[in-house]
Amino acid sequence: MMSDGPTAPAPATGASPSGPVAPGGGAERQAGTGRVKRGMAEMLKGGVIMDVVTAEQARIAEDAGAVAVMALERVPADIRAQGGVSRMSDPEMIAGIIEAVSIPVMAKARIGHFVEAQIIQELGVDYIDESEVLTPADPHHHIDKWAFTVPFVCGATNLGEALRRLSEGAAMIRSKGEAGTGEVSNAVVHMRTIRAEIGRLSALPSEELYAAAKELRAPVELVTEVARLGRLPVVLFTAGGIATPADAALMMQLGADGVFVGSGIFKSGDPARRARAIVEATTMYNDPAVLAKVSRGLGEAMVGINVGELPPQARFADRGW
Amino acid sequence: MSSPRIGVLALQGDVREHVRALTGSGAEACEVRRAAELGSLDGLVLPGGESTTIGRLLRVFDLLDPLRAVVAGGLPVFGSCAGMILLARDVIDGRPDQPLIGGLDVVVRRNAFGRQVESFETDLAVAGVEGPAVHAVFIRAPWVEKAGDGVDVLARVGDRPVAIRQGPLLATSFHPELTGDIRVHRLFVQIVRSELGLKRGRS
Repeated sequence: MMSDGPTAPAPATGASPSGPVAPGGGAERQAGTGRVKRGMAEMLKGGVIMDVVTAEQARIAEDAGAVAVMALERVPADIRAQGGVSRMSDPEMIAGIIEAVSIPVMAKARIGHFVEAQIIQELGVDYIDESEVLTPADPHHHIDKWAFTVPFVCGATNLGEALRRLSEGAAMIRSKGEAGTGEVSNAVVHMRTIRAEIGRLSALPSEELYAAAKELRAPVELVTEVARLGRLPVVLFTAGGIATPADAALMMQLGADGVFVGSGIFKSGDPARRARAIVEATTMYNDPAVLAKVSRGLGEAMVGINVGELPPQARFADRGW
Repeated sequence: MSSPRIGVLALQGDVREHVRALTGSGAEACEVRRAAELGSLDGLVLPGGESTTIGRLLRVFDLLDPLRAVVAGGLPVFGSCAGMILLARDVIDGRPDQPLIGGLDVVVRRNAFGRQVESFETDLAVAGVEGPAVHAVFIRAPWVEKAGDGVDVLARVGDRPVAIRQGPLLATSFHPELTGDIRVHRLFVQIVRSELGLKRGRS
């Protein structure tokens, strides 16, 4: 469907007919363009996307004001605890969640597993997360996301990684963090790293952007665009370890456009209440009075794992390149 | 001529894009999150976003009644996509408890054009916008299912109204804030200016 090259400048668009249009709108419609894919992510900004594993959880998330839900087989905390290979969810379960809620539904595919992505697209899912939380299917190649009508979000730990995902056709980026830990430190590090690297690029004279692209291992066209814009050309959410309203507000104050919450909600004592509080904190992230109010009496947060105690092979953020 | 002050409701959605388009159209744009901030506005934009999320936040942060009051008081408001839904009198395929601000005598159908894989861009003739067709981006977009006699239809896709105006209220199913073509925002700023002129004339 895509007519854009991988390094087309944002907002990428398909070739658009520029001739006169009949009143009544008989003009051609183009689906799956870069602008439509990236635009969908723009509409999620300032919102919270919640991991859900059942239709019932999806309804709780929607009731709480989630802007979208992420359908997956097990929340990251359970993937850690139970081990084994983690794959795309059962299409039956994804279809059930689509049926249960009116907000957008996302679903995860394994890194490089383009057939899982084909299946998920077929189900009518609104966004695919090519996610390091699942067991990677390909150690060398991510999915060619330009080949799909459905948009993709991908994780990144730094700017080069984010730009490589954009060059493959991702329409939204999330910092990886360390999913399933309930510990926010990696999300903080990844967000600060991406922002700092963008800041450095913006200060460079144009002739130095070529070497910067080489160091970042990213296409020079995207590097030049980021330097000019002073931000990514797509929406940048945060993910991986957000467990409290304060965590969500912290990430928003650090410059995230919105928040993914995985295990943090449904591994806590009172998911509905915590979900509402995280939504409200994400909106009013700059207002300590609101943050203090919504943070009170939420019950138990997920117990969590200290990221520093994870052995290297248990770190999801290192998956992908 | 001084710049009219136009707020963008900043609870959730593509606020930044509207602020940029309004600034480019000669308005002084600001983000609005609290009822107390409504008083100083000459106009308001309800951005694209998730209408059920924004509706719930309007209720939580006590903005629903203050917004209904300013709309009833004649404040010019422009809503795109989710903003169109919030301005409608009723919504089909919404959540049963979904709060609406109202003001426009229309019933809209939420996600009427389908899910994201059916989202599209196209060229549209929009009444009141001079020059070439407006390039319109529709994202899980609503359409107008029923419109009262006082509602002017400015653009259609097929036979479905996708841009409407009723007095100082303007709404589009699509997102003019996403394309860099600011003519729809200019039309809104013009509506705000003429309302300001009328108000001054009365006082």
